[in-house]
Amino acid sequence: MPLLEVCEISKKFGSLVANSKISFKVEEGNIVGLIGPNGAGKTTLFNCITGIYKPSEGKVFFDGSDITNLPPYKVARLGAVRTFQIVHSLKEMSVFDNVLIGAYLRERNTEKAREMANQCIDICYLTKIKNTRAGDLAIGHKKRLELARALATSPKLLMLDECMAGLTSTEVNESVSLIKSLKKKGITFLIVEHIMEAIMPIADKVVVLNGGLKIAEDHPEVVVHQESVIEAYLGQKYSKKFQLAAKGRNI
Amino acid sequence: MIKENTKKQDLLWYVLIVVLLLVPFIPQVAANSFTQHVFILILLYASMSQAWNIIGGYCGQVSFGHSVFFGIGAYGAGMAVVKFGITPWPGIIIGSLLAMVVAVLISYPCFKLKGHYFAIATFAIVEIFNRLFMVWYWVNGALGLDYPMVKTGWTNFVWYRTKIPYYYGALILFTTIFSIVRFIERNRFGYYLRAVREDQETAEATGINSTFIKLSAMALSAFLASFCGAFFVQYNFRVDPPMVMSLQVSMVFVLVTILGGAGTLFGPLLGALILIPLQEYTRVLWGGLGRGTDLMLFGFLIVLIMVRQPKGIMGLINEYLNYRKTRKIISAQPEINS
Repeated sequence: MPLLEVCEISKKFGSLVANSKISFKVEEGNIVGLIGPNGAGKTTLFNCITGIYKPSEGKVFFDGSDITNLPPYKVARLGAVRTFQIVHSLKEMSVFDNVLIGAYLRERNTEKAREMANQCIDICYLTKIKNTRAGDLAIGHKKRLELARALATSPKLLMLDECMAGLTSTEVNESVSLIKSLKKKGITFLIVEHIMEAIMPIADKVVVLNGGLKIAEDHPEVVVHQESVIEAYLGQKYSKKFQLAAKGRNI
Repeated sequence: MIKENTKKQDLLWYVLIVVLLLVPFIPQVAANSFTQHVFILILLYASMSQAWNIIGGYCGQVSFGHSVFFGIGAYGAGMAVVKFGITPWPGIIIGSLLAMVVAVLISYPCFKLKGHYFAIATFAIVEIFNRLFMVWYWVNGALGLDYPMVKTGWTNFVWYRTKIPYYYGALILFTTIFSIVRFIERNRFGYYLRAVREDQETAEATGINSTFIKLSAMALSAFLASFCGAFFVQYNFRVDPPMVMSLQVSMVFVLVTILGGAGTLFGPLLGALILIPLQEYTRVLWGGLGRGTDLMLFGFLIVLIMVRQPKGIMGLINEYLNYRKTRKIISAQPEINS
């Protein structure tokens, strides 16, 4: 049974169709990338899954139960936790308190929740800036803080909405290795990402959206060879590079 | 580092309680009933504002409707004494529970509004309740309730010749409300309140039921505010709608907290420490100038402080402490180098 199953989700804003009959599955322990050009409907789909929007049609199943019309906090309590594309840190609170709020979801006891929060802070390399006000952080740290807060809720599925946009290449590499190590611990990922260098090597599967439609779903190396995907999104340059590399391997 | 701060705060808190317990033994206070009056009001206003601070400060939902809950508590005690001729205690309990119910009922629809719109909606509610109590025959309408002469003591919570028991009553109220907030501040509920204040969307995405958190904060806040109302009427021996249910009373809750520092434990006390002496002593000195001089001064003060530091006096204090800390670090540096 897949951990997350999206069945024919459609979302309309008036006459604008943001998502049209999108279906895919996320198997437990996998990393699934959700890619597509700007305005393809990735974030809308995220919002439909996490309950921020109510989908116009279709159903979402998580861990065997129907979560289609549940409010966001119930979805989070079931174990599907997201981060936001535009970071929403709790500005006036310290980094530690931000993460502590995540930890409180599973642990009412303050001492134990503190311990959990400290662990998540260590994992996400935020130890040095633990007591800094979240509003004062640089963007790279803010994105990692989002991840740490989500992680502290002990999720089954982590949904990251462009958690690497705007980071330097070193920071991207750090994030990638962090995601890899979390995957080993059994966390499933659904990642919206624009940075192909980051998502392609780690994803077990990518789903490509364009104009609200799903145009491809397969292993990353297969997807980049599909003409529709190349046209819609990746651009000639990157796909040529990829194809050359593939040819090189064949020879 | 966080633990160190709580330890400091604990120490400050216990010292404060001891000092307040001893205040009536200061000869100047013991001899002068006006000074006692000022101290009682400081404690009462600090308690009221602290009750408001739960929803307005920690949870960030600025409510101008708290005079309604204050009034319901006041009328609870008043009705028990005046209409039923019994001790005020059952009235206080029933009034406070009623205030809680009213708070949940009126804030549930209001919480669908965010930010300023929520504040405006609560404005309207004060007017509704003010008019309602003005024309409600059973509670004596605009005439209000006047206390009959009753036996003094803790059962009736009435004293005529001395104010000292009122002082200790106010101190109990103050200690209870401040302790509750102190407990909340350090536990899950307090963190959730602040999460909802900072960003409701993030709070929801982290598994927090923000509607439930806001409603329970409002209920608790109304419950405690209502106790303060009951104390107020027992102290004044009378209650009428403009005295307890008016925008002016609502403003007190808000302004005292904001001046002192919303969302901080000691903010409401600091705000009350400034407003009450200002209010009472200007009334004595400039009584001939007409009413409202104190509020004019107070308004001016708020503008002054808010321009400098939107987090109120607590914000100013923290700013100063941080400044001193960084200066210490800077001055320590050359010594290490040399």
